[in-house]
Amino acid sequence: MAKRVGLEVSVAVGDAAKLADVDVVAAYPITPQTHIVEHLAELVANGELRAAYIPVESEHSAMSACLGASAVGARTFTATASQGLELMHEVLYVASALRLPIVMAVVNRALSAPISIWCDHSDAMAVRDSGWIQMFVENGQEAVDNVICAFRIGEDRRVLLPVMIHLDGFSLSHVIEPIILPEQSEVARFLPPYDPPLPLDPEKPVTVGAFAPPFIYTEVKWAQEMTLEGAKEVILECWREFANTFGRHYSPVESYRTEGAKVLLMTMGSLSETAMVAVDKMRDEGKEVGLIKLRLWRPFPFAELRQAVRDAEVLIVLDRALSFGGPGGPVCSEVKAALYREARRPEVVGFVGGLGGRDISMADFEEMVNQGIKLAEAGSEREFEIFGVRE
Amino acid sequence: MAKAKVKPKAKAEGELSWKEIEIGCFITEPGNATEFRTGAWRSRKPVVDFSKCNKCTLCYYYCPDGCIAKTPEGYFVADLFYCKGCGICAEECPKDAITMVEEEK
Ligand code: SF4
Ligand code: SF4
Repeated sequence: MAKRVGLEVSVAVGDAAKLADVDVVAAYPITPQTHIVEHLAELVANGELRAAYIPVESEHSAMSACLGASAVGARTFTATASQGLELMHEVLYVASALRLPIVMAVVNRALSAPISIWCDHSDAMAVRDSGWIQMFVENGQEAVDNVICAFRIGEDRRVLLPVMIHLDGFSLSHVIEPIILPEQSEVARFLPPYDPPLPLDPEKPVTVGAFAPPFIYTEVKWAQEMTLEGAKEVILECWREFANTFGRHYSPVESYRTEGAKVLLMTMGSLSETAMVAVDKMRDEGKEVGLIKLRLWRPFPFAELRQAVRDAEVLIVLDRALSFGGPGGPVCSEVKAALYREARRPEVVGFVGGLGGRDISMADFEEMVNQGIKLAEAGSEREFEIFGVRE
Repeated sequence: MAKAKVKPKAKAEGELSWKEIEIGCFITEPGNATEFRTGAWRSRKPVVDFSKCNKCTLCYYYCPDGCIAKTPEGYFVADLFYCKGCGICAEECPKDAITMVEEEK
């Protein structure tokens, strides 16, 4: 039986990759790296995990090594954060376009400058359009479970796309949480071996990454888009199967105490846990406030989101990233776009906060709700509000 | 003149629907670049004056496209399905036997 143990979340994510029986881990082992790949290096070095560990000289090389490994049919894992993710940038697009189901844990941290090692979602938002399946987790258990799910989803013949599991830096990656690590045998049953349809094989040569003139490029991109959109069904199927096997449930958009709620908060990542406690308190005080947690980020869960917020009057979206010179937080602007055509939709108020690791407390969420309600009533000159900035 | 080595195909790349494209746009048939008409963007074509040609083979070796082949009579002629009209063969021919002639519209 799998038992609950106290584990640093980074270590647990490494253990999840081991449970998935990865064949190759390629990583750049220094800042902004985390204990995820350090732990995997130990597991490989002391023989607990039979895998090739490729230490490389940069994240660009890490992702490039992952491409090659995945293309020959190896189950491939890596992890990175902030500047590391940005250095991988161009290779991320190659991974998704070549349909290589690499799994990567992204420990969300702010981008320089100024130098910050703390959490926000700027790194994730910069790779929003890279064609990867992306989800945000809110605690260590979700991170472990979804790393395992990520391999099953990505490697599915109907999908064949890489998957990013976003977890908040420090507030998740570096804390010790009670986590249930599933048994290796259970995971092996849940996760069939990776069987790529067109592996690199000298016996059956294929050309990977060829040139595409204008007469074919659009068709290739549309095929990629249709696959990513279609992946949602496979994700739902995987989460259903995961719940049947392991008893823990996941869905693209999660509602917390939203029954009859006039006001909804919306969060992504580990702040959802604080927001839940804040909602509990406001509910106790008789306020009709609920919480929407966005787990699946790509493919974007349009139908589930519309369904989840349709009865609310005000929707307050918190973004931990800023789209400079644009409409504010990327999550909020996508939510607004998703609701644009709806006949009945809540007034959407966007806050940007929690940048560079600044904490958002329970009281802050209450404050955000109060401010949000006022702004929804009175309207605002601004596209979004910055939360907690000193004047 | 050598014939283009084009295999009959159900559809040319320019006619494929997005549903018919191989996963990741992989190419599964080795050497199928031979099906690609690189001669389509040529503006001038090489014409050989056989009365000047001494069959030295230099044009054959210099052609960057590898599209010059030997005729049964031993002369060397470009396959216009592939010839890009770069003019290197004409430049290199020691007998000035090759003239680059404007393609007609
Ligand atoms: S013009 Fe260029 S491509 Fe054409 S036959 Fe001569 S060398 Fe080859
Ligand atoms: S280079 Fe000139 S002379 Fe030599 S084979 Fe070609 S056409 Fe003939």
